[in-house]
Amino acid sequence: MSQILTSKWTKAVVFCACLVPFGLLVWRAFHNDLTANPAQFLEHRTGDWILRFLVITLSITPLRKILRLPQLIRFRRMFGLFTFFYGCLHFTSWIWFDKFFAWPDMWADVHKRPFITIGFTGFVLMIPLAITSTAGWIRRLGGKRWQMLHRAIYLTAIAGVIHYYWLVKSDVHKPVEYGFLVGILLAWRLGTWLMGRRKPAGASATSRPQPTTAESA
Amino acid sequence: MAIQEKPDLTYADVTPKALYMGRRNFLMGLLATSGAVAGWKRLPSWLAGPATGTVPVPLSVVGKSPFSTTETPTPANEVENYNNFYEFGDDKGDPARNSKNFVTMPWTVSVEGEVAKPRKFTMDEIVKLAPLEERIYRHRCVETWSIVVPWIGYSLSNLIKLVEPTPKAKYVAFESYYEPKQMPLAASGIQYPYLEGLRLDEAMNPLALLCVGMYGETLPNQDGAPVRMVIPWKYGFKSAKSLVKIRFVKSQPPTSWNMFAGGTEYGFYANVNPTVDHPRWSQAKEHRLGGGLFARPIPTLMFNGYGDQVASMYAGMDLRKNF
Repeated sequence: MSQILTSKWTKAVVFCACLVPFGLLVWRAFHNDLTANPAQFLEHRTGDWILRFLVITLSITPLRKILRLPQLIRFRRMFGLFTFFYGCLHFTSWIWFDKFFAWPDMWADVHKRPFITIGFTGFVLMIPLAITSTAGWIRRLGGKRWQMLHRAIYLTAIAGVIHYYWLVKSDVHKPVEYGFLVGILLAWRLGTWLMGRRKPAGASATSRPQPTTAESA
Repeated sequence: MAIQEKPDLTYADVTPKALYMGRRNFLMGLLATSGAVAGWKRLPSWLAGPATGTVPVPLSVVGKSPFSTTETPTPANEVENYNNFYEFGDDKGDPARNSKNFVTMPWTVSVEGEVAKPRKFTMDEIVKLAPLEERIYRHRCVETWSIVVPWIGYSLSNLIKLVEPTPKAKYVAFESYYEPKQMPLAASGIQYPYLEGLRLDEAMNPLALLCVGMYGETLPNQDGAPVRMVIPWKYGFKSAKSLVKIRFVKSQPPTSWNMFAGGTEYGFYANVNPTVDHPRWSQAKEHRLGGGLFARPIPTLMFNGYGDQVASMYAGMDLRKNF
């Protein structure tokens, strides 16, 4: 298992798999198959993928601890950046196809409509994380500070779920499902943090997340 | 442009499909759909077998209407695959997918309440009640998209006059069909059966259309077969689909979307109004469907452009309060 995980081929395959939803959207766009309301369809599809990638990204740390597969960390940055990638597509769909660059309308929306305010906040919070995702930035910031900064992803995940919840007209099943998953993943972190605090100082060093191993390549 | 007195095709002539497909087939369809819900919520189409529902058939002898817009109708294919019909699910593609086994034969509409002559109408009687007209209307959804549809029907006032409302009748309440066995994938949230309503003068306005078809055919299931309302100056949700009951009442009737969210999001009137925002989004512009990915949003018109015919009904009313 660990051999499969560390193979560079696995990484290439996972990378391509992450691009499949994007490829399908492009394919559908060229075949005029984005439903009667392409702007909304793109917003909804990319929005779904942002939340899915958020859940995947947030699952990496719990999974590698629970399954004792430290190699999983090799994929965390990639999933995080794909979250941001689909975030950019989502944001672009809104600016371009939905609002057609009507900046005053958009600005009004951002501070008048709570669901847009919170979605926008979630997206903006991802920008510094994407920028500082390189090994160089981990070094420059230092592991501790880098890790503090990258906990902003928790806020993005919460913002994303609330954004979806506030958007739907009546059936809240889907946002609640995402909320449940994000809730479990954040609760696991809270749990391990509380357990770590109870242990005598120093004893918990090995159980702490290790951001400096995020990427070595 | 002579409008024929009576269409020579009756409803019974044109929709026997569900009947000749047979009762067993229909039951199998129900079984398949319920099974799908128990399993994966939805069977892949190749597993579900042939659709067993009623299908649209051509409606001939339809007169033109002076109320029609000269705008180009949205392609039928786009209109029929992008629906809000929550009884069949809340994704825009759900109604087309999930209404394939919906059987609308036989069908009756009960007209009752504060009327001198309450009665039940069969679909055949409804189609013959007045000459059918094609009315090309703009249709604006509260979700900021719009379409142009060649509906087929006649002014609801024809039916209202026939049942003779009493002086006590001030409002008209509409009730849509709801049967979990036929609609196992209904979205949660709003209450069913779907309820809508109009003030009596609104219902009497000649623009208020009792609709039995579109694009030259009877209504597809996902668009509210076999009979629905179309109220072009109001947001789409006011135009209740698959009607089973029309009730004349003394006071403002409860409506599904108005009851939802404590009445803060969707008003009873729901007149199209670019200056009154939905609490969560602006209503100033709309996406006219069918224009593709690069179509610019267009400005939304007061009363959806039907102000000349309807604005006088709201004279002196605060439309911000009565949204």
